[in-house]
Formats: sequence, structure tokens, C-alpha cells
Amino acid sequence: KSKEAEIKRINKELANIRSKFKGDKALDGYSKKKYVCKLLFIFLLGHDIDFGHMEAVNLLSSNRYTEKQIGYLFISVLVNSNSELIRLINNAIKNDLASRNPTFMGLALHCIANVGSREMAEAFAGEVPKILVAGDTMDSVKQSAALCLLRLYRTSPDLVPMGDWTSRVVHLLNDQHLGVVTAATSLITTLAQKNPEEFKTSVSLAVSRLSRIVTSASTDLQDYTYYFVPAPWLSVKLLRLLQCYPPPDPAVRGRLTECLETILNKAQEPPKSKKVQHSNAKNAVLFEAISLIIHHDSEPNLLVRACNQLGQFLQHRETNLRYLALESMCTLASSEFSHEAVKTHIDTVINALKTERDVSVRQRAVDLLYAMCDRSNAQQIVAEMLSYLETADYSIREEIVLKVAILAEKYAVDYAWYVDTILNLIRIAGDYVSEEVWYRVIQIVINRDDVQGYAAKTVFEALQAPACHENLVKVGGYILGEFGNLIAGDPRSSPLVQFNLLHSKFHLCSVPTRALLLSTYIKFVNLFPEVKTTIQDVLRSDSQLKNADVELQQRAVEYLRLSTVASTDILATVLEEMPPFPERESSILAKLKKKKGPSTVTDLEDTKRERSVDVNGGPEPAPASTSAAVGPLPAFAFPNNPCISAGGFEFVCKNNGVLFENQLLQIGLKSEFRQNLGRMFIFYGNKTSTQFLNFTPTLISLHARASLCLFLTKPVDPTVDGGAQVQQVVNIECVSDFTEAPVLNIQFRYGGTFQNVSVQLPITLNKFFQPTEMSSQDFFQRWKQLSNPQQEVQNIFKAKHPMDTEITKAKIIGFGSALLEEVDPNPANFVGAGIIHTKTTQIGCLLRLEPNLQAQMYRLTLRTSKETVSQRLCELLSQQF
Amino acid sequence: GVLEGPGTECAIRFILIQNRAGKTRLAKWYMQFDDDEKQKLIEEVHAVVTVRDAKHTNFVEFRNFKIIYRRYAGLYFCICVDVNDNNLAYLEAIHNFVEVLNEYFHNVCELDLVFNFYKVYTVVDEMFLAGEIRETSQTKVLKQLLMLQSLE
Repeated sequence: KSKEAEIKRINKELANIRSKFKGDKALDGYSKKKYVCKLLFIFLLGHDIDFGHMEAVNLLSSNRYTEKQIGYLFISVLVNSNSELIRLINNAIKNDLASRNPTFMGLALHCIANVGSREMAEAFAGEVPKILVAGDTMDSVKQSAALCLLRLYRTSPDLVPMGDWTSRVVHLLNDQHLGVVTAATSLITTLAQKNPEEFKTSVSLAVSRLSRIVTSASTDLQDYTYYFVPAPWLSVKLLRLLQCYPPPDPAVRGRLTECLETILNKAQEPPKSKKVQHSNAKNAVLFEAISLIIHHDSEPNLLVRACNQLGQFLQHRETNLRYLALESMCTLASSEFSHEAVKTHIDTVINALKTERDVSVRQRAVDLLYAMCDRSNAQQIVAEMLSYLETADYSIREEIVLKVAILAEKYAVDYAWYVDTILNLIRIAGDYVSEEVWYRVIQIVINRDDVQGYAAKTVFEALQAPACHENLVKVGGYILGEFGNLIAGDPRSSPLVQFNLLHSKFHLCSVPTRALLLSTYIKFVNLFPEVKTTIQDVLRSDSQLKNADVELQQRAVEYLRLSTVASTDILATVLEEMPPFPERESSILAKLKKKKGPSTVTDLEDTKRERSVDVNGGPEPAPASTSAAVGPLPAFAFPNNPCISAGGFEFVCKNNGVLFENQLLQIGLKSEFRQNLGRMFIFYGNKTSTQFLNFTPTLISLHARASLCLFLTKPVDPTVDGGAQVQQVVNIECVSDFTEAPVLNIQFRYGGTFQNVSVQLPITLNKFFQPTEMSSQDFFQRWKQLSNPQQEVQNIFKAKHPMDTEITKAKIIGFGSALLEEVDPNPANFVGAGIIHTKTTQIGCLLRLEPNLQAQMYRLTLRTSKETVSQRLCELLSQQF
Repeated sequence: GVLEGPGTECAIRFILIQNRAGKTRLAKWYMQFDDDEKQKLIEEVHAVVTVRDAKHTNFVEFRNFKIIYRRYAGLYFCICVDVNDNNLAYLEAIHNFVEVLNEYFHNVCELDLVFNFYKVYTVVDEMFLAGEIRETSQTKVLKQLLMLQSLE
């Protein structure tokens, strides 16, 4: 009722305003403003307005602030960009920009920033930068001009070319007025993302500004101190700007590290106020600092401190902080420096999963558990996720199912555990188990013959439940159809029992599942001749042969006919066990990425892999293993400075060659290894005719524990003449087994530019191999001794090179192990043996490589006394074929 | 979705002030939306924010973005930003904005926002522009607002 009254009242008012605008008497500015303002009010109440635009545009040329302001507001709220009034509006804006009246300039700039149309960009993209950098522009106008320009750049970057003004914009970071710095920092951040080279001087300016803010006393910044926190928003913006760049060069880096340490220290000080505003503002800066630390991913000390700080927040009474700590720790978990530190919080995170009231917090806990999962804690994490799944909110069940399925597969040491986990998933949350998940379990069971019997037994038992999920019937049908014979010896699961069990579910299932079961039945005809007639009777029944569904009917007819006419041999060929599936990216992982966006599911390996793709930028697929990635170097590369190189796998089986080359520099290597010691000669060649100055190579060892020690025998001369080559010797000692290769970083000046090159030194674990000859009998005896599941690592992969026996032999010898002839009963296979020497231990290693020419695939099996060694050697050698 | 598209990356996508019944008291858009889409966003935001209680966080995932919100008496102040934007910085930006409104309107209430809507837009433009934080000093903002008021 009141709604009707409102509409009536409004229509009356609209009629009144319309008559005023159409009237003979010209309205004065005040009345015009009053009626335009009423129209706006009516519009904001939710009613359509189809007139008054012209009157609003007229107000723009008024000399009174209030009239102008209402005119601009009407246009910002109501005028769409393709209006024919745009020329009139632009004209008025132009006049105001030229007026030298800061209030009018501000209104005009705000209007451009609010509308931000392409027409406005065409008209003002030239003018706004001038206003921004002009010496006599008022501070408040500068603030508006900076953000107005930002809006135009976002709308039409092509209309905002970089120019003389850019360097002056960078210097606004030094401006006395912190409001100007605040606005300019946003502008610079956006511009720097697209034009990093042009804005790289902003890094040192931002660091000094930040340093002045974080070291100031809580009252120094007066207007810009918010609840005792100096300029929190500006600090956040500066820290975000720095995230556009890699870690700065040493001098600036030192100052930045001090700033970050100060911020971390302040978090430990007692609060200056009990107000939540104080802690929020302080923590806003802290979280942004942690983001920067994670982005740089190069200071182990800061990463671990960040992790400890977040660990404290995990138990904080503020829900916001617990949520943000979980979220932030998720990214910390993917840094190799802090992964272990994050893992120590596993119990707190599991507790959060059980007790948090806000579903979004629980969701973050799931994300973090997923991110911190590795071989050491996978069983615990998967168990906790499964038990959470029983009561989880419907909105996030599917995602948890995918995560559990991925973790179970990725960290399965024991494939029986994997099968149990997936069947549990189907039991607990069958409706949320997508096709990808049950397809995957079948792919894996088919590819791994050691788990097939267990899988058959387990699905058979699971199918005993009176009510089981249709997805279980699918998995069960498929697996029994392939491997039911493996359990048929037991009278409790004889062929007939298996068949009756599956068929008891048949009528409850949907058409696609029934179709699958019919295929299982025909497979049974081949596997178990004794149930052939029973199955033929079923296929022959009217409900099958005359089924209304065409697909089911066709299957029944064809399978029945096949079972009748085909000889045992033909049946055995047609219904042969499925061949192994080609190894590829898990379809579930692809699904999770699709669901969540790729950035949210990257784990440690993925992140690194993406980095190495980024830095190479070429069409070549990145190597699948972690070791070729560039480690903690940021993905950021300057267009003119393509400097980060991922050391490839080409040195795994050889010791000499060219490691790196660009237009300026060539790096060559020669190395020799004996037992746990090695020596590497590094040759730096200056390919240009100009001197390199300040030439400084440094070694960055990435090992938390010093598992690999490197010594540079003497520093090289900081000047490298054009065309000259200098040499450096590195002594190497392997203390214990390791995965990450060290990084060689080289900095120098060439002409006016600073160059920075980082390459991985190809020092891999297999370099410390000592070949061992042994007889066939010895080999298999040791092979059996190393039968613990943790000791064996296997990889099935596609051949990347032609499968040539002689080359393969040469590679195995180059890899460092002995090549044992006439050991394997199958002469096509290769076996090898050797000992990895480290300072602390010696690790015996056996390997076996089985080529499958037909499928163009290999199966590589490594057995050693140490899990990490098996893992690493398998990774390294898999890349060679 | 509509919240994507070229040339649209900016920190704040929109600012909304709504009362508990879902009536909009301020809507400031920093991206192009058509009217239907605006109405849909307003309703969705109201739906996700009002079901939450004081024990919940002040952040909600929203389409491909997130809403940072804070409730003051019967009013919800909501800012929609990118998922990787700094939650606490925007949470306090809301409070800073509310303190300015409170000072400027001398104990602001819902009706102030209704009847002085054109002044509220001015306050917003002083503190946020082009989807970015423009000015954070309450003293500076209030000084400028008083100067503008003297021109009326």
C-alpha cells in the first residue's frame, strides 16, 4: 500500500519537475539545481529517470560550487558513456580543468575518474599527466589527477603513452604530502606492472619511504597516524608496489630487510591500544609484509619468522586473524624454506577444521592442510579430511573430495591405502565423487599390477553393504570385470557369488551403470567359463533383449551373440585385460584447477614448474620434475634482461659443456667427481667487445642443512675484458643426500646497465655414484632385500627420445651406475647398480629400466636403502630417455 | 561473470551501504555494470552478508572476489575487492570512512545518508577514487569538506 502511495507521490513530483523544465520561464541556477537534485534522489530510490540530462549538463557551466557539484554528480551517476551529451560534458570539464580553481579542477577530475569512458580518455589523457606533474598544482588536485590518470590507463592504456612525466611521477614517492604519496603509489603500482623497466627506480624510493614510516614514532606522522599506527594504508600500498619487482640489489635489499624485520618485531611488542582498530591497522601492514617476504621467497630467516608469527595468530581469539593466518600460511607452505615450519602447526590446523564456527575459516583450514601435505603426513591429513567430510558443508564437499583424491594418489606409498581411501570417499560422499575421481582409481588399479588383487577383494567386500552408492557399483563392476579372477579362488568370492552380488544391484542403477555392468558380464564370460550359461540367461531375458533403452538393448544383443558364436580364443582376445593407461596429468587435478583457478591449487612443485615456464617463456614444456626449476628465484623477469636460466637435465649424464649463454655472457663447465668429493671449473666468457665491471659471481646454496658444501677457491677479478674468459674453481663435498641444486648468481655492469644472471649448477646426487659390478644372483638377492615399499620408487613414462639401446646404455653409464649385462632374464631390459657416496653414509642403489617399444614407454624402478635417494635418482634418470 | 573483462582490474569494484532490510543507502560503482547487474549484485551482497554473525570473519568470498564488510547498528558497509587484496586494510578503510561521516554529520544516522546523499558522494570521492584509497587522513578530509561546505 505504501509502495503505491510512494509511486503516486513520485509521479506527481516528476510531472511537476518536467513542467518546470519545459516551462516558458527560464529557471535560475538555484531552481535548476534543486530539481536536478530531486531527480537524482528519485533515481536513487529506484525509479527510472528519462529526462533532466540537459539541465544537469547546463549546471556544469555554473560558477557556483553547489550547482556544479550536483551537475557532475548527476552525470557520474546517470549518464552512460555513449550519450550524445558527451561532447558538451567534455567541453565543460575542459573549462574546469583550465580554470586554475582547485575546487573546480577537483570536481572535473573526479567526474573523469568516475565515468572513465574511452571518449574521456581520448579527450583528457594528454592533459591529466600535465596537471599531475605541474609544479604549481595543489596537493589535493595532484591526488585526484594521479587516480584519474590511473582510471584512464585502465580503461584505455593505448591512449596513455609513457613519456617525460613518468620519471616525475616516480618522484612523487618522495613528496612531502603523504596523501599525494598515497594516491601516486596506486598509480605507480599499476603502471609498473605493465612497464617494469620504466618504473624500476620506484623500488629504492619506495623502500626509503617505507623505512621512514616504519621507523617513525607513533606520533611523528600526525594526520596520517591511525590509532597509533603510522600511515598503515600507505605502508600497505608501498609493500604491494615492491611485490611488482624481484628482490632489489644488495644495498637496497639490506634496508628493505631491516624494514621487514622492524614490522615483524613490532608485532611482538605489547599493543599501544586495546582498540581493534589499532591491531587491525598494525596487522594489515604485517600481513602485507609477509606477502612480500613470500613473494621474494629468498630470505629463509624472514620466511621462518613469518611462519612463527602466523602460527601465533592461528590461536588468536579474533576470527579474522585466524582466517588470515590460515590463508597466508597456505602460500608459505609452498616455499621450500618454510614448508617444514608450516608443517609443525598441523595439529592446530586440524583442530580448526573441527572447531571453527565459520565455514569459510574451515575451508581455509582444508586449503592449508592440502598445501602442507607431503609424504610424511599424508596419511594423517587424508584421514582428517575424510572424517571432516562426514559433516562438511554441502557447498565445499566436492572440493574436499577432489583434494582427498589427489593427495591419496600423489602420496600413496602403499596403493592398498589409496584404494581404501577412494572407496571411503565414495562411501562417505558418493554424490560428490565426480566421474574424474572414479575414472582415476580405475586407471591406477589397471596400471599397477601390485594392487589389483587387493582392489578386487576390497570392492567385493564393499559391495556387500545392503545400500551402496552407485559410484561404488561402477568401480566394483569395472574392477571385478578386469580382476575378479584374482579373488575367484576363494569360495566366498567364487565367480557365481561375484556375479550374483553385482547383479543384485543391477535393477537399482541408472542406464549408464547398467551398461557398464553388461560389459562386466561379458568379461566374466571370458574370465569364468563356468558362469557363461547363467550370464547368457540374463542377457537373453526380455528385460535385457527388449529393453526400451537402445544402448542397453544393443549391448545385450551383441554380447549374447558374441558369447554364443566366438571361440574361446577370440573371446580371450576381444575381452583381454585393459592395457595400461598412458601416464598423464591427473584428471582430478585438472578438475580442481578448473574449479578453483590454477593459482589456488599450486603446490610446491607446481609453483616451481610454472616459474621455470615463466622464465624460459618458450613453447617447450617445462620438465616434469622439481629439480630443473630455478628454485626460489622469482618469476619476474625484465623484458630486456632475460636472465634467469633453468639449469636443465642435460648435465645429469655428462660433466662438461656450456651451461648458459646469452648475447653477453657464456658460462662453460668442466667437472670431475670422486666418491663424495668433486671439483668444478667454471669458465665465464665475455662475448662482447666491452668490459664487464663489478663482475661478481656468488653461490647460493639452498640447503637448510648443509647437505652439500661448496667452496670457491678464489674470487674472480671484478673486471672482465671484452672477448676474455676467466676461470673459477669450486670444490664440492656431498655431506648427505640432497635434491636441490645450488644456484650460481652473477651480477655485473655492462655499458650503463646492471645485469643479473642466475643459473642452477648441475650438481646432482648421481654425481656421487660409484659403479658396482655384480652377478645376476647377487643382484636379485639384494633386489629382494630392498623390498620395503619406501625403498622402491617407480615411474612409468613416455619416451621423449628415440628408443635406441646403445644410447640408453651410454646414458646409464653416464648416470654413474654400473650397467649389468646378462642379469635381467629379459634381454631388452637394463639393470644397473652402484653406491652413492656421501660424507655420512654410503647408499647402495639398484635400478631397472624396462622399455616397451610398442607403447613407446619406459618403466623405471629404483631400489635403494633410503627413500629420498630412490625418489631423487628416479626423478633424475626419468628425464634422460 | 560480469565481474570480469578487459581493463577492469582495480582494487575496489564497488562500495555498498545497505540497511538490514536490504535497502541501499549508498552504491558507488568503480566498474561498468548495467542496471540489472547492479540490482543483482545488491541483492546477492545483502544475502551473503546478513546471514553472518559476530563470530564470523568480516570477509566473504563473493563470485571471483571478496566482500569486506562491517556492521554499524543497522547498517552494513561493504567493499568488494580482489581476492588477493589486503583484508584488514580495507576493513579499517571502512572504519576510517565511518569515523569521517560521523564527525561530518555529527553522529551520523541512516537518515543523514538518505537526505544528504549528495554530500555522502563527496565524502566518498575525497577518500576513494578510481577504486583506490585516495586520502586517509581524517583531518585533511574534514578540512576539505568544511571548505566545500563554506562554498554552499
